[in-house]
Amino acid sequence: MFDVPPRRLGAFAAAAVASALALTACSAGSLGSSDEGGKTAISLLVDNAEATVKTAEQVVGDFTAKNPDITVKVETRPQGTEGDNIVKTRLSTGDMSDVFIYNSGSLFQALKPEQNLVALDDQSYVGQLDANFKTTVTAGGKVYGAPFGTFMGGAVLYNRKVYERLGLQVPKTWSEFMANNAKIKADGKAAPVIQTYQETWTSQLFILGDFHNVSAADSAFAEKYTKNQAKYATTPAALEGFAHLQEVFDAGYLNKDFASAKYEDGQRMIALGEGAHYPMLTAAVANIAINNPDKVNDVGLFALPGTDAATNGLTVWAPGGAYIPASTSGAKLEAARKLLAFIASPDGCTSQAKASPPTGPFAVKGCELPADVPQSIKDMQPYIDREGGSSLALEFLSPVKGPSLEQICVEVGSGIRKAPDGAALYDRDVEKQAQQLGLPGW
Amino acid sequence: MTGRRNYWLSGVAILLSIVVFLVPFAFIVLTAVKSRQQAALLDFSWPENFQIVRNFVDVVEARDYMLIIAFINSTILTVSSVAIMVVLAAMVAYVLQRRKSRWNVLINFLVLSGLIIPPAVVPTIWVLQKLGLFRTMPGLILVEVAFGISFAILLFRAFIATIPRELDEAAIIDGASPFRLFFRVIFPLLRSVAITVIVVQSVTVFNDFVNPLYFLPGDQNATVQLTLYNFSSQFTSQYNLLFMNILLITIPPLIMFLFFNRRIVSGMTSGAIKG
Amino acid sequence: MTTIRARRRSPYPSWFYLPAALVYGVLFLVPTFASFYFSLTRWTIFDSHFIGFENFVNFFREPALVSGLTNTLIYAVVTSGLKVVLGLLLAVLLTSQIIGRGYLRSVVFFPVLVSTIGVGLTFTVLMNPERGLINESLAAIGVQGPGWLTDPDLALLSVALVDVWKGVGLATLIYIAGIVSIPQEYFEAARVDGAGATASFFRIVLPLARPATVTVVILSLIGGLRSFDLIWAMTRGGPGFTSDVIASVIYKQYQAGFYGLSTAGNVILFLVVTAVILPLYWFLTRKEVEL
Repeated sequence: MFDVPPRRLGAFAAAAVASALALTACSAGSLGSSDEGGKTAISLLVDNAEATVKTAEQVVGDFTAKNPDITVKVETRPQGTEGDNIVKTRLSTGDMSDVFIYNSGSLFQALKPEQNLVALDDQSYVGQLDANFKTTVTAGGKVYGAPFGTFMGGAVLYNRKVYERLGLQVPKTWSEFMANNAKIKADGKAAPVIQTYQETWTSQLFILGDFHNVSAADSAFAEKYTKNQAKYATTPAALEGFAHLQEVFDAGYLNKDFASAKYEDGQRMIALGEGAHYPMLTAAVANIAINNPDKVNDVGLFALPGTDAATNGLTVWAPGGAYIPASTSGAKLEAARKLLAFIASPDGCTSQAKASPPTGPFAVKGCELPADVPQSIKDMQPYIDREGGSSLALEFLSPVKGPSLEQICVEVGSGIRKAPDGAALYDRDVEKQAQQLGLPGW
Repeated sequence: MTGRRNYWLSGVAILLSIVVFLVPFAFIVLTAVKSRQQAALLDFSWPENFQIVRNFVDVVEARDYMLIIAFINSTILTVSSVAIMVVLAAMVAYVLQRRKSRWNVLINFLVLSGLIIPPAVVPTIWVLQKLGLFRTMPGLILVEVAFGISFAILLFRAFIATIPRELDEAAIIDGASPFRLFFRVIFPLLRSVAITVIVVQSVTVFNDFVNPLYFLPGDQNATVQLTLYNFSSQFTSQYNLLFMNILLITIPPLIMFLFFNRRIVSGMTSGAIKG
Repeated sequence: MTTIRARRRSPYPSWFYLPAALVYGVLFLVPTFASFYFSLTRWTIFDSHFIGFENFVNFFREPALVSGLTNTLIYAVVTSGLKVVLGLLLAVLLTSQIIGRGYLRSVVFFPVLVSTIGVGLTFTVLMNPERGLINESLAAIGVQGPGWLTDPDLALLSVALVDVWKGVGLATLIYIAGIVSIPQEYFEAARVDGAGATASFFRIVLPLARPATVTVVILSLIGGLRSFDLIWAMTRGGPGFTSDVIASVIYKQYQAGFYGLSTAGNVILFLVVTAVILPLYWFLTRKEVEL
């Protein structure tokens, strides 16, 4: 390129700029997707988790088979806070995909639904939605989302083979849990508690999954917490979660590679019995079913144990929602509504269950779990069926959630910081977030 | 310096270079051609069975040929922004070096600021949005130009100082317009430093991860660095594909390197350091 | 008449600045000035309110920031120090009559061209405490390797080492350029005077390669203070907050949607970089004039 005679270089420069400017007019865009005549093409934005993408593709496949005049293109976005950001940015700039999947609860509230989303109250399926779920996608009295996925438990996954071998009972209190851990450690074949801090978000279950126990001790905690009247550091029941995280580390119950292990390693360890307990969301079960299909029924589930066996129960996460942004209009809006109606129908549930095993009950009446769901999902049912046996996680009841909880949990869980200090630090983190959101009372 | 060859030292140097620099690259290459199971062991071993083609196809096909789109996007981004940067920076450096005026202090200060000040990300997004350039390729290209131009100006200015002014004067007497003078006489002489600028900035822009992440989000617009980022979460345990991807996106810089290896040093020697 | 014409048509017209000034002004200067305002607001994606210095107060209460500030300085000093020392030594080695010189130059320089994210991901795997190549090799010679990226005391330094691994080639290149531009006569004169290799290193190379040192120090300090990619790819500031630097704290606030807070962090980073680089630059270049 540079062996042109020097005199020509000036001309080259001019040409380079000209062609650069011409190039900028187009970016690569997508390969080989174009609008065919008569079809309505809509886009669906989902997060890039393997299970979500698979489910979305299955649902889209089944939906378009029934609606041949609609094509749906699945787009993906990163997970976690980065994904949140992309969703918010795209909404505020008005170039959101025609339908998108996003969390329900406080993250949904942060999207300013009244301003940015299309309400669904006129849709027939709204009456069929689970009441708990409905509250998590309602803003200003209107419903904005159709449930995508299933309820999910945040609990302790345990290896049933290990329990069988050592003759252990499912614990209902923290002291029973620690007694089991002591036996497992003495046995020496499995790590009592699995932690996977290479992916920091996995560290939060001891706190987030313990919420049922917190609200069992003080049913108004969520409300007071939102109003800046209750704190983690000063509410004994809430502080427990942090204390538990420290205790398992102090007792040396963690897997040796807890600091460098990944989520995926944790799934493998609990499935193969290399570890006995893994506090985790039941979403992990879907991955175990993919990677270790023959071991998935070795994994059972119990709620995070608290102080009181009588009130012990399960913390559940509501499914995410499928939403239509206000920017979708015309034929695309019609197509988008049809897609949501399909997602919230029994056929839609079947389609989702086909793609990846459900991680808990569906939020649509008339949707049954398939008979062959993994053992750990079956273990959720008694909690759900029992009156007062389960609660929604705090993030669905309160918009207040500090962004640094995962780092703080890693610090407490690896002995860098003590539990009371960690809880106090989290309270400060929360305060910052509440102030940024401009919540009243902060 | 000394004429004697030092065999002992050479041996140690070569051995160390193998351990420190070649082993990591060998690790990337070996892991990239392994099967998923073997790659998951993360060890430094010979692949049991070579899956070059399969891994290659898997990575390329993943997510709807995202890597191909990313390569096209990265090429457009790199070529456009570096071309614009080279020409604009050379123009600024030329006038800045040639014409003494009281503005020079301010301009030099601004140029240096561009090198030192960390760009304010969110306000930049805000400006791009106002201009309708957020999430567009031209927007990102101009951002890369704005963020990289200072360094290019400094390199060019140091080099232009070595070009005798008599040349300008001769051309002016011949009646050349300023435009002609610069593009026909001066610019062609900047060849060696231009190569340095082009290599350094192409590599920087091609490998840039932060700016596309902030200013051009979305799978449709992914650049190659973002594919790596996306895949690292998607292929949590598929290390073979992850490393195949690393390998593939290392090829363009490698080609650049093979072409310009010698010229980079000579470009640096010819002026950059004197600045 | 002719003088007026000549003045009007200066051979070095101001409009040559214009295109660059436009791009630079709009996309760099305007956001930088806007950041001073936005850092004083509570700014979400949907709206912004003026709140005074609250963001700065908040930022300094951010647990990661105080340690982030020291981490940033440690990281910058360690990386640029090592790059100067290793770069100079390598440059001396690679300008001497050594076997495989071309190969060695290439192999040292090549990592500069590789993607930072790729390097980060690769070394995260190599530094895995249980199964990584580095600790496996250490175990083979009977040494228990540390948790490079998982030990809170080590994580930041490990990332800094990888940064040096990736960046030392550029420092070496700058030094090579500096050394080869030293006239051979100096070395010959020194040899005639009976000076050994060590003496000519300290008496000739070190002082005459000073401009190269200035370049390396300034460039790597700026890079080190602003460093983000590598830290993000390798530790994300972890474990906990132990390897957080200012740039990663800023990014986390951005991720959380706290744009005002994030922008305040930007202003702080700006002040830190300026406070370190400007005096240093002034000091180093002033000394040069005196020489």
